[in-house]
Amino acid sequence: MPDNNPIVVKIRQLKFSRGARYIFDDIDLDIQRGKITAIMGPSGTGKTTLLKLIGGQLRPDAGHIWVEEQNISRLSTNKLYQLRRRMGMLFQSGALLTDISVFDNVAFPLREHTNLPESMIRTLVLMKLQAVGLRGAHRLMPSELSGGMARRVALARAIALDPMMVMYDEPFTGQDPISMGVLVRLIRTINQALDLTSIVVSHDVNETLQIADYVYVLSHGKVVGHGTNAEIRHSQSEWVHQFIHAQADGPVPFHYPALDYRDDLLR
Amino acid sequence: MNILKVFQHLGHDTLNIFQTLGRAMLFFLHVLGGIPSVLMRPRLLMAQLYSVGVLSLALILVSGLFVGMVLGLQGYNTLVDFGATESLGLVVALSLVRELGPVLSSLLFSGRAGSALTAEIGLMKATEQLSGMEMMAVDPLKRVIAPRFLAGFLAMPLLAVIFSAIGILGGHLVVVDMIGVDAGAYWQMSEKVDFFSDVFNGIIKSIVFGLVVTWIAVFEGYDALPTSEGVSRATTRTVVFSAFATLGLDFLLTALMF
Ligand SMILES: Nc1ncnc2c1ncn2[C@@H]1O[C@H](COP(=O)(O)OP(=O)(O)O)[C@@H](O)[C@H]1O
Ligand SMILES: [Mg+2]
Repeated sequence: MPDNNPIVVKIRQLKFSRGARYIFDDIDLDIQRGKITAIMGPSGTGKTTLLKLIGGQLRPDAGHIWVEEQNISRLSTNKLYQLRRRMGMLFQSGALLTDISVFDNVAFPLREHTNLPESMIRTLVLMKLQAVGLRGAHRLMPSELSGGMARRVALARAIALDPMMVMYDEPFTGQDPISMGVLVRLIRTINQALDLTSIVVSHDVNETLQIADYVYVLSHGKVVGHGTNAEIRHSQSEWVHQFIHAQADGPVPFHYPALDYRDDLLR
Repeated sequence: MNILKVFQHLGHDTLNIFQTLGRAMLFFLHVLGGIPSVLMRPRLLMAQLYSVGVLSLALILVSGLFVGMVLGLQGYNTLVDFGATESLGLVVALSLVRELGPVLSSLLFSGRAGSALTAEIGLMKATEQLSGMEMMAVDPLKRVIAPRFLAGFLAMPLLAVIFSAIGILGGHLVVVDMIGVDAGAYWQMSEKVDFFSDVFNGIIKSIVFGLVVTWIAVFEGYDALPTSEGVSRATTRTVVFSAFATLGLDFLLTALMF
């Protein structure tokens, strides 16, 4: 890597399993401060799981995760909650609270964690909503938002407490081309304007490569490739090549492991 | 071979039950730990008291009224043969205060408010709202569950008292106003009902029911599988388990009290 920014999230020898199945089998990963790091891989590889591990919602079976030099799985609940205030997370579904308005959703973390007067909260909320282009929608209820708008509101909420890092879970999935473009630009601008570190988890290759500084490709519990944006685009690795160029066949099989097709039909 | 399977299943199910009970216990302790922070934010509690308590009021009032009326009618039909209609008020009042008030309002409460709590919490879980809160460093057990639990716990005894009171008026409506028994005789019960052993014990019952029924409701929601089917099953379990718990505990408490 050309420039050596400090490392915000450091993952070493991470193992995690669900039942008998390894989701992660010995993963090393570094997230640099100020950069947008993409973590890519097919659906079901465990991208969401990885974000939950970083956020301390799940515990690794083995290995370590440090966030700002703090070992996540060793933190007391209090310390973990302290740390989470400085991490924003954008869930795939948005995870907005459905019984309160857009305004109250963005105000939620501020009201929970600060004693700011209501006038100050109003100013902050409107600023965050302005940043995602939805100040005019502050009175709407979450059920009145389109998928793209809901994600932008969730983004405004994730940055409400001015975190040092934001994690995006599949921010582009299910978006129409316009809101996709809006989100791509938004993630870039917000990362720069707020001096953030971003982790973008995604299987949308084109959009993600537009904004990522550094990319990890996961498959079958392993990191199969990583490098700067350009390195990944021109990677010689078959795995990475297959994924980036969206080919059905390659080392990652299109088919879930099964009996021989002919045998199965004739059984 | 088959016998082995049966034992395997039995063992498995028994383990599951104990695991669930253990989770429910830990959950309960954790929620109790959240109660002080709820008391510091009365507005959260008020909102829940409204949706759990006030919104159950209409059901409780209508049911209490009809139950009182039926008690009056049945009591009259029986007692008139013995020429004991002056005891009617006492029969109605004791049935309500000791048994029917706490038990029926608990059953109604679990159907009206308990199922709603389970569905609401289960859906919040399924749509990652609880997870989202955790990532915002807000403990959903304190912020979401504790106020709902406290509200249910406080509302239930009040609803039971209201049920009994309106039931006694319903009895009055039938016995005095429609059948024509002397009002003074009906109200004689107010001297015969013992405040401590009857009213107070009835209230204790409703406090226990409120605790258990609300606990079941919020736990089932929190423990639901995060899918539509999971939430639907959890809601059913809330109503079924609440009914078992209410009736079983009622027997136990009655045996201890009266
Ligand atoms: N709560 C859970 N219980 C059991 N298995 C799960 C659970 N959540 C996810 N998984 C499994 O873990 C794997 C990784 O899931 P996930 O992290 O959501 O993948 P991705 O986000 O990359 O699509 C999937 O195969 C999924 O079936
Ligand atoms: Mg996912």
